[in-house]
Amino acid sequence: MKKIHIIDYGYGNLFGLKKALAYAGADVSVSEHPEDMSGADALILPGVGAFGDGMAEFKKRGFEDAVLDAAKAGKPLLGICLGMQFLFEKSYEFGEHAGLGIIPGEVKKFSVPQEPFCKIPHIGWSALVPPEGDDNFKGPLLSEIKPKSQAYFVHSYAGYPENSVDVIANTWYCKSSIPAVVAKGSAYGVQFHPEKSGKTGITILKNFISLT
Amino acid sequence: MEIPKTIRIIPRLDVKGPNVIKGVHLECLRVVGDPQDLATRYYREGADELIYMDIVASLYGRNNLLDIVEKASDNIFIPLTVGGGIRSLEDIKKILRSGADKVAINTYAVKNSDFITQAAKAFGAQCIVGSIEAKRVGNDKWEAYTDNGRVETGLDAVAWAKKLEELGVGELLITSIDQEGTTRGYDVDLIKKIAPHVSVPVIACGGAGGPEDMVEVIKNGYADAVSAAHIFHYNKYSIQSVKEVLRENSIPVRIAD
Repeated sequence: MKKIHIIDYGYGNLFGLKKALAYAGADVSVSEHPEDMSGADALILPGVGAFGDGMAEFKKRGFEDAVLDAAKAGKPLLGICLGMQFLFEKSYEFGEHAGLGIIPGEVKKFSVPQEPFCKIPHIGWSALVPPEGDDNFKGPLLSEIKPKSQAYFVHSYAGYPENSVDVIANTWYCKSSIPAVVAKGSAYGVQFHPEKSGKTGITILKNFISLT
Repeated sequence: MEIPKTIRIIPRLDVKGPNVIKGVHLECLRVVGDPQDLATRYYREGADELIYMDIVASLYGRNNLLDIVEKASDNIFIPLTVGGGIRSLEDIKKILRSGADKVAINTYAVKNSDFITQAAKAFGAQCIVGSIEAKRVGNDKWEAYTDNGRVETGLDAVAWAKKLEELGVGELLITSIDQEGTTRGYDVDLIKKIAPHVSVPVIACGGAGGPEDMVEVIKNGYADAVSAAHIFHYNKYSIQSVKEVLRENSIPVRIAD
């Protein structure tokens, strides 16, 4: 059984994630200490909340170097929601904050038209679509996922990669195109919550587990 | 108008002891069935989220709802919201530890509005759902109630919704006490007074008798999500069949795979 380790820096409800990973067939561990992640086959960087506060806590607990080293060594890494945004160079949520810089690009608030239904945060199910010009998703994380499968999102900010090749899937919300899945090397990021996205989410978690 | 996002369909399970129960106007409660059986069926049929309400918790203290949610979160992978009797950050922590994703707070928010801000700060706004039970008290006027429609607060429900948004809730669950359990349709006027005027999503609840009622509260009330109990519990409609009708009416919904 593959060992999947969840990085706990105090931001996010990890119980549902733990259960979904176990259901997807992983041997799951969770820890607040960077030294506990060394034996894992792959890492999950979860998170909800504000970028600046979350990143400060993440660094305070000594996770920054440990995660960067693991990424450099090619250990599969999956950032979820705020954890996905951490992969970028910079965020503009309540000021300007540095990220891990694994994926070139920035985290910004997305804009929606002022009309009924167009609320921020974006809460709910939205379709995953391949980048323009592609009929299907590229790469192993979305293997077997049909375009337009829906996933559950909760966010007000989004990470925009500098290089379009780092975008694996987008979503549309209130006429705004938002990167939903990003990847660079062995690092992946999903803006939605795979652990709360039904069968689609479980398939994505299974795909991630089989990367190791 | 074209609706630019998918609308969520959310079955609501009112729980008393080990059972899901259902009443009319939040009263006259009857046992409907086993929470895990119902929740599993709704998940398979394509429910977008589930709401669990501990229906007596505000009055008599907590029951075994946490065990029910913990069991559900083992094999149901959609967002789970839990409400009823939440009075402290510790209560919220316990509920999240059982596998829930959000908590719905009504009574204690009325008693201590700072609590909403504290909770949103501690767990993130996305985790805190402001729950309002509203009773019509005049033409275009509603009062907020607590304790499952038993206790009046003197608060104007529409103003209270906006206040909850200010205090930091991530969503609003608006239940019409007048319509609840009647299957005569949602209180569209009430939802219309709130949903387009707040920046957070509004879940309309109370009164669904069929998918047409949902179409109405979405198109005319601008509800971001609709919750229903009766029509699903008594197998009048499946989640799928409801979504088909919404689709025919040009309302985007998620078709589960």
